[in-house]
This record gives sequence, C-alpha cells and structure tokens, in this order.
Amino acid sequence: MSENSEKFTVTIDGKTIQVDRGTTILNAARQIGGEVVPPAMCYYSSLKGSGGKCRTCLVEVSKGSEKDPRPMPKLVASCSTTVMDGMEVKNKTSERVVDARGGVVEFLLLNHPLDCPVCDQAGECKLQDLAFEHGHSKTRYEFQRREFDKIDIGPYIQLHMTRCIMCYRCVHTANQLTDKREHGVLHRGDAAEIGTFIEKSLENDFIGNVIDVCPVGALTDKTFRFRSRVWYTKPMDASCECSKCSGKAVLWMIGNDIARVTGRKDENGEVTDFICNECRFDKKELSQWKVEGPRKIERSSVISAGHYEQEAPAHTPLLNKA
Amino acid sequence: MSKKLLLEHIDVEGIRSYEVYRKQGGYQAVEKALKTLSPDDLVEEVKKSGLRGRGGAGFPTGMKWSFLAKPDGVPRHLLCNADESEPGTFKDRYLMEKIPHLLIEGMILSSYALGANQSYIYIRGEYMFVMRIVEQAIAEAYANGWLGKNIMGSGFDLDLAITPGAGAYICGEETALIESLEGKRGNPRMKPPFPAVKGLWQRPTVVNNVETIAAVVPIVNHGGDAYAAIGIGRSTGTKLISASGNINKPGVYEIELGLPVEEFIYSEEYCGGIKNGKRLKALIPGGSSVPVLPHYLVCKTAAGEDRLMSYESLADGGFATGSMLGSGGFIVYDEDQCMVRNTWNFSRFYHHESCGQCSPCREGTGWMEKVLHRLEEGHGTMEDIDLLWDIQRKIEGNTICPLGDAAAWPVAAAIRHFREEFEWHVRQPKLCLERNYGLVTEKKFEAQPA
Ligand SMILES: Cc1cc2nc3c(=O)[nH]c(=O)nc-3n(C[C@H](O)[C@H](O)[C@H](O)COP(=O)(O)O)c2cc1C
Ligand code: SF4
Ligand code: SF4
Ligand code: FES
Repeated sequence: MSENSEKFTVTIDGKTIQVDRGTTILNAARQIGGEVVPPAMCYYSSLKGSGGKCRTCLVEVSKGSEKDPRPMPKLVASCSTTVMDGMEVKNKTSERVVDARGGVVEFLLLNHPLDCPVCDQAGECKLQDLAFEHGHSKTRYEFQRREFDKIDIGPYIQLHMTRCIMCYRCVHTANQLTDKREHGVLHRGDAAEIGTFIEKSLENDFIGNVIDVCPVGALTDKTFRFRSRVWYTKPMDASCECSKCSGKAVLWMIGNDIARVTGRKDENGEVTDFICNECRFDKKELSQWKVEGPRKIERSSVISAGHYEQEAPAHTPLLNKA
Repeated sequence: MSKKLLLEHIDVEGIRSYEVYRKQGGYQAVEKALKTLSPDDLVEEVKKSGLRGRGGAGFPTGMKWSFLAKPDGVPRHLLCNADESEPGTFKDRYLMEKIPHLLIEGMILSSYALGANQSYIYIRGEYMFVMRIVEQAIAEAYANGWLGKNIMGSGFDLDLAITPGAGAYICGEETALIESLEGKRGNPRMKPPFPAVKGLWQRPTVVNNVETIAAVVPIVNHGGDAYAAIGIGRSTGTKLISASGNINKPGVYEIELGLPVEEFIYSEEYCGGIKNGKRLKALIPGGSSVPVLPHYLVCKTAAGEDRLMSYESLADGGFATGSMLGSGGFIVYDEDQCMVRNTWNFSRFYHHESCGQCSPCREGTGWMEKVLHRLEEGHGTMEDIDLLWDIQRKIEGNTICPLGDAAAWPVAAAIRHFREEFEWHVRQPKLCLERNYGLVTEKKFEAQPA
C-alpha cells in the first residue's frame, strides 16, 4: 500500500471514521455529519487559503495520534489542522471548547450591530445562526459599536463594513478570480476594512459570488428586488443555458417574480457552483430560466425553522441592544 | 573570557566604521569559520554554546538551525528580525546603531552555517536612521570583500540587504515578517507549515533576532564550549538588557545570565537603584508582553530563593508567581506608578497593533482597553475586574499568533497581583484621579499542586 492511499482513523465526540491523510478535522467531522461538526465562519472549501481566522471551529485534541497520544495543549482550529492516525477530538463534548466558542461568538457580535430586523441577510445569516446556537442571551459590551457608511462597490454590490466579521472569504474569492489584486484589507485590528481592490475586480464576470460567500450581511445584492425578507421569498432550483457558468442557480421568488438569484449552497452553506454576474444580476425574468422545483434548505437556519418572528425575541443577543 | 561579548568594544572611538571594527578584531570570526569550519561544524558549535533566541521565546538557536529543511535545488534564507517594537525593548537598536558590523559579521556566519546565499535584515520602519547606518556598514562590507561572490576565496556567496517595515509591531512576528518581506500585508501565517520548511517565498527560512545573530560572532571566536561556560544552567552566555523606568541609570546593559535581579537593579554598575530614593513597586522583566511581578516577588522567588536574570529563574513559579526573561525589556516601577494606568497603556498598544485576523484578538484587545480605561478614570465597577479576567482568558491560547497571548498576559498578571489596587479604583473613584495607590500588600501564594 502506498503512503498516500493510507487511511487515518479519527474519533470525534465518540464517533469514529476513516479519512484520507491530509484531511482536516473539520472535513472529517463533516464526513461524519450532524452534531460533531464544528461551526465554521471563515473556512470555505473552494477558497484556497481560507480558514483559521474566525476561531469558531476550535476543538480540543484529547489524543494526538496512536504514535504520540499526548493531547494538544491548546485548542486548535479544526478547519486548518489535519488529522493524524488515531487522533481523538472533542467538539461539543469538551467544556473548554464550549467555553471558548461562546467567547468567540461574543467577540464576533461585539462590534456587530444587533439590528437583524433591518438587515438584508436576516434569516440566512451564518452569524445569526451561530449566535442562536452558541450565544448568550445578554451582551456585556457597553461601548459604542464600530460604524461605517454603506458603499457601493460597482453597480451590483453594496458593502456595509459595519456588518463585516473579517472572515476574508470575499478577499480569497476576489483573489482567486483575478490576479490583479494586491490589498484586500486595509488598516489593522478592529479598524480593518475591506479595501477598494474589490471595487476594481468588479469587472470580473464572477465577482458577484462575493455576495454568496459572505456569511453576514456585509456584501449584498443591489439588484435584490422588493427588498423582501428572505423568509417571505420561496427558493426554487432553476437552471439556464449559460456560456459562462453552469447556469445552476437558486431563484428566490415572490409570487411569479424573481426577487434575486444566488448560487446553490450545500449542507455546509457553501456554494457548489459559482455563477456568473449575468445569471445573478441580469436574468430576472422567469422565461429566462427552467425551474426544477422547490429548494430544500437543510441548515439549522431560521429560514427553515420558519418561525423566526416567534423565536427571535427570546434570543435577545440579536435584538436587545440598539 | 570577559563578561562582555557583544558590547566589549562599544566605547572604542569610531567603532561604527569598518576600519576601526576590523582593527578591534572584527571579521576574524568569518575568517576562522570560512577557513576551518564546515557549515555543519558551525551549527554544532552553536548547539554546544547553548545559545537561545534573544527575540523573546528563548528557543535554542542551534536546534532551530538543525530543523531547517534542505531540499535539493531550493534556496534557503536567513532573515534577521530587527523589527524591535516591544514596549520596553531597545537593545537591538543600540547594537545596530553603535556597532553595526557585529550584526553583519553574525549574518555572514549564520548564513554560511545555514547555506543561505541571500539574507535580509528586516528593520523596524521607525528606525530609519539606524537603517542608514547599517546600510553604510553593508556597503563597507561589500567594498572589503566580506559580502558578495566568493567571500575570501572560500567559494561562499552571500548577498545581504536591509529592508524597512512600515511601523507595525505585528511584523516582528516571524511569519508576518515573511509576508511583509514578500510585499504583502503583514498578517501572521498559520503554522504548520513552519518557516523552517516553507518560509520566504515558500522556501526554507530561519528567522533570528539581531542579538541572537550577533552572539554567533563570540561563539565562533571563543568556541561553543567557552560560551556555554558563561551564564547559569541552560541560560548560557550574556544578554542585552534594555533597562528603563524609575531607575537612576536607564540604558542598555550586557549582563552575564545568572546575575541576581537585586544586583542588577541596585548596584552602581547597572541600574543604580530606584530614582529619588523611592521604593520599588513592580517589575516587568522581559518587555510589555510578559507578566508583571509585584515588589515582593522581584528579588526573591515565591520559594524564597534569589531571583536571577535567567530564563529559568525569572519564570520560576510559572505565571502564578513568576514571569519571563522575554526580550530583556526590563521596566522598573516605583511606588508612585499606577498599575491600572500602566495596564491600560499596554492594552492600548495591543489594541492598536492587532492585525485583526482572528476574532478574539481583534475584538478582545479593544474591549479590554475600553474597560481598563473606564476603571482608570474611576468609572469602573467590581464586575469590570472579573469581566477583564474573563476577556483575557478567552483570548489567551485561542489565536493564530502569540500577540493574543501577549495582550492577555499583562492584564492577567496585573489583576492577579494588583487586584486590591483595581478594587481601590472602584471604591475611590475621585481619589484615584488625584493620587496613586502605593504598594500592594504581600500575598502568600499556596504551593501549586503538581
Ligand atoms: C507580536 C510579536 C512581535 C514580535 N516582535 C519581535 C521583534 O521585534 N524582534 C524579534 O526578534 N522577535 C520578535 N518576535 C518573535 C519572533 O516571532 C521570533 O520568535 C524571533 O524573531 C525568533 O528569533 P530568535 O529565535 O533569535 O529569538 C515577535 C513575536 C510576536 C508574536
Ligand atoms: S465582507 Fe463578508 S465575506 Fe468579506 S470579510 Fe467581511 S464578512 Fe467576510
Ligand atoms: S493573534 Fe492578533 S495579531 Fe496575531 S494573528 Fe490573530 S489578530 Fe493578528
Ligand atoms: S472556520 Fe476555522 S477558524 Fe474560521
């Protein structure tokens, strides 16, 4: 057997699986599925170099490997740590992980406005889901939150830095689409902002995908018609003949009108096929599409929970503080 | 061998110039190494010397060098970390400013040991005037055949360049330094891969501090064993200490490791005691990132032994009652200094310097700063103190690079040892604006169960 075809055995929260060497803990967990999967706000499988930043995916390695069973002293980012043979990992079963993750969620929400009801992303926001699941019901932050003006980056996309969580996904996307980019992020620390290079790379036919990769409402579609709440729209799988992309998309319908078009996301919330700008922004007539049927939304998202309005006030972190 | 190895000739008139440096025995180590030592021999000498990294972490240099990957046909690089931005640390600047050829000689030796033919000195952007001095020295070294092709007929080629940062502390972190040198934003990289395998332009790379590299010169001149005979235990050789704060004689001192802290603070040879006859309140022995020690843990450890200037003794007691030698940024506080204010000041620095990649550091540093400011201004509450503890605890260990830890540790140590002073700020919101708390009372630390 060659070195590379060797499988590694890894156990996460008591569930064991065999994976290829080089697999990350996060991806091994995704292969198992369900509760053992750590949340990931910055990692995106199709974006090279993504991950490691948000720290929501921290896990405890309670046994390093069969050869070296010592536990790892620090929690590790599961999205960027590869498995070893015989490794044992604790996700939700680790108190340290639960504690640290609660901290990360609090940090992510610290400077994030708590006005989900007026945000375009509400209902399909990964941060909202995360807070819903791991957050505390009260904010301990009593200082002024960081605010930025909304800016239009090109004719189709709006950037609202106030909502950005600095996951760098859009940076990696732009980076991957064009080799012209130099600086994605300007300034440092909590003064950092997504920089103008995106505006420049907007000429790219696929740049609209930064909207889909953005886990929060920082990058939004300016052509989203009716400005409707997503849970009032009905997602339909549809496809079209397109010379630039696969043409496989999701139409978000209000009655017979297309409110907006996005890529299709898998169970991890990641787009499977990037769609081109034309499909996303210009094809807003139903006659331009072949509708395949209603889209199932599988995530633990509030869209699929379908009872956002009853639930939200109970989960005050998002709403109690102006 | 005399106790001064790096600063031996520092007072010689004109030592900054090539001629004078050469007359004082400069570049003899290069001659010796190129003629009599193979690169591997040189690595062996450095291992024998017990030299540990002087940039803060204290990792054994010889061991670090032996980890360098050597794939065929791939160039390797040595980078000198001259980004020196840790508050309280100014020794590298002193060395480069006063005796730049020592660093260049060290760079030639270290590059030879590692098989690097293109090496860089990455210097802090604010040190522009120092950069000019080192640039001048590099030009002299080229002119005299110590740099360039076929150095001294040995067949070894080395090009050396110096390049400035743009004023970011984070670019002193080795992988951020590499990114910056590549012309990118100075964000630390995730490890692994480590620089020894994939560093500058994905090539095997070693990053060493200015002082570490300079120390290779006396190691070659006197031999690794002789160097190891200086110092104490695993803290071998000499160390540059940047002494500042409320002392009579601030400045850069070269000490033999193992010197008692008490002697360093109070003897005329070094700091000359506390200024204006005041009492000592606290000490930060290794730069702003390391835990602060209260007066009663400065000269003695919790176990009652003499506290020495060494990696081990300063760390004795762990974070409960000890600290770290770090970069040797030795900051002394007298009884008139406010620990809350000082902690706030540091947290302001880390908030400003966080690169912002990871959420705990990006958001937590600013939060700590704001809470500390509130406490310092007399608007804090008792809960704020616990809140601070909780924030630092959630940053520590959960970030990409050690800046997160460096931001957390000073806050943790200040609360651990100076809690009564924090509480006094809450209880005396007016008084705390008028005067300082003075010395805190001695705490008895329980022996930690193993
Ligand atoms: C935020 C941060 C800043 C640092 N700044 C410096 C610095 O200015 N100079 C330095 O030599 N090392 C600095 N370091 C340590 C380096 O990452 C690295 O460990 C060191 O340069 C290795 O050299 P040494 O083994 O010779 O000590 C810093 C580390 C961190 C995390
Ligand atoms: S704009 Fe969105 S995708 Fe880009 S860094 Fe911010 S949160 Fe991430
Ligand atoms: S710990 Fe701070 S400085 Fe280091 S990578 Fe994370 S955000 Fe940047
Ligand atoms: S998903 Fe792993 S750190 Fe963000």
